[in-house]
Amino acid sequence: MARPTGRLRPDLTWRTMTVWYRDAKVWTTFYKASLIGNLGEPLLYLLAMGWGLGRMVGTVDGVPYIEFLAPGLICSTAMYAATFECTFGAFTRMTRQKTYDAILASPVSLDEIVAGEILWGATKGFLSGAAMLLVMALFGLVNGALAILTLPLSFLIGLLFSALSMIVTAKSPSYDFFSYYFTLVIAPMFLFSGIFFPIGNLPYWAQTFAWFLPLTHGVNISRAIFTEKMGVGTAIDLVWLLVFITATFLVAIREIRRRLVL
Amino acid sequence: MPPIVLSAADLTKRYGSFTAVDGISFEVREGECFGFLGPNGAGKTTTMRMITNHVPVTEGSLTVLGMEIMANARKVKSRIGVVPQDNNLDTDLKVLENLLIYSGYHAIGRKTAQKRAMELLNFFQLAEHARSPIERLSGGMQRRLLIVRGLINEPELLILDEPTTGLDPQARHVIWQKLRALKAQGVTLVISTHYMEEAERLCDRLVILDHGRILIEGSPRDLIEKHAGSEVLEVRLGEGESPGDCLKALGGQVPEGTVAECSADTLYLYAPEGGGILERVKVESGRTVLRRRATLEDVFLRLTGRELRE
Repeated sequence: MARPTGRLRPDLTWRTMTVWYRDAKVWTTFYKASLIGNLGEPLLYLLAMGWGLGRMVGTVDGVPYIEFLAPGLICSTAMYAATFECTFGAFTRMTRQKTYDAILASPVSLDEIVAGEILWGATKGFLSGAAMLLVMALFGLVNGALAILTLPLSFLIGLLFSALSMIVTAKSPSYDFFSYYFTLVIAPMFLFSGIFFPIGNLPYWAQTFAWFLPLTHGVNISRAIFTEKMGVGTAIDLVWLLVFITATFLVAIREIRRRLVL
Repeated sequence: MPPIVLSAADLTKRYGSFTAVDGISFEVREGECFGFLGPNGAGKTTTMRMITNHVPVTEGSLTVLGMEIMANARKVKSRIGVVPQDNNLDTDLKVLENLLIYSGYHAIGRKTAQKRAMELLNFFQLAEHARSPIERLSGGMQRRLLIVRGLINEPELLILDEPTTGLDPQARHVIWQKLRALKAQGVTLVISTHYMEEAERLCDRLVILDHGRILIEGSPRDLIEKHAGSEVLEVRLGEGESPGDCLKALGGQVPEGTVAECSADTLYLYAPEGGGILERVKVESGRTVLRRRATLEDVFLRLTGRELRE
């Protein structure tokens, strides 16, 4: 008999949305705390770096530093929201709360649970990105209607980091494991993907490294949206993100199966 | 005879080189209450989790409601109810929300779900807690809510893994009473337990599992009669006394056909026939003795041994 982990094609139906709905329903009971948590840090960065450091820096790439900073911070906000959801949140549901075990007694498949969690993580990325965009608009940092495109971008970044986080969750023996992930993967992503300074300032090898960071491509697109300079490069960034999302999604499903189907 | 709703043939589960379930075969018919009895680690939970498709089958066949489980997991799961051993209620949601969200997994419409949830909560005496957080419920109430959740899709077959473990006597009796009522409504029940009393009260038929194998199968009454007789006399041994000395002290009073067994400080005499035979055994004063009816526990201990399972 074939082991169910062996199937490559995910076993997905509309039931994925019932898992998404469960998470959304829970979120509606404490969304305020959740949004403040997701927004607090990027907002502090925007104020401290944008105003404080911005005074000394002056302009970068022809724009005031705070305007250079803002598009990237939307991306990192979406990244953090999705990452927290699909590491600590998903791990708690998978282990301590045994939520997956409970759902598995119903006709919902394990692949649908994983997909539902990733979709929800992406939704949190989207919601946090949207809240950040709103705050930026209030600060007068949004000039054109085109900025609305950062909303679907936040969702894509959310998908990517949710799927990546689910892989980490599948491999994680305990909560402690996530601190390695945050320190070794998410923090460098935050610092070296072009949010705070143009990647062109880095030595060549570091630029190559940055190209392999998924967030770099998100930041590129976001900045292109804000400066209204979208071109072939933007399309390549988008394709890069889509390929990475597909790959991490498939691996996430496989790794969760490997952990739970014994 | 009612149709077969659950059947296993040479059902096997291996984890690497460890065999948790070792080629067991059984059949459960519609409307029955069927029990899996066994000490810890006997393979009860693994068997239950294969039936509910939480654990893939390694070898053999397992047919639930006429369908091979591995190939028809979704269809089977939409028609069975599962009450797990570990409490896995959704603590992020309140009582009624737990049931409504779970109905969503079963694709039950909102209105139907609401109606069924309230009916079941009423039946299980939980209606007044519909809006409570899960942590606010007692252990017994949480277990009842798990059963309610397992019934939300109106299952033909309800699988309960140790439904009363860890509950106080009052809570256990309420659950037993509800399970008997469900059975009267025609729901087939499959229960695992290590409470003999529970098995004796609820099960029409049961198997005793040990080390992943079925030792015996039958109705509680038949098993007791066949493997433990009808009466038991427990005689506490004196300080440093051997079982042989004790038997000698009882003299020729022990009736024909009685089986004697000893464990640590106690001699057990199992009499095959009733009629108070062991009543007549005279024991010198000062000795601690207990005369009682044979129970399923005697069967269980005789078959699985008295050493600790941890």
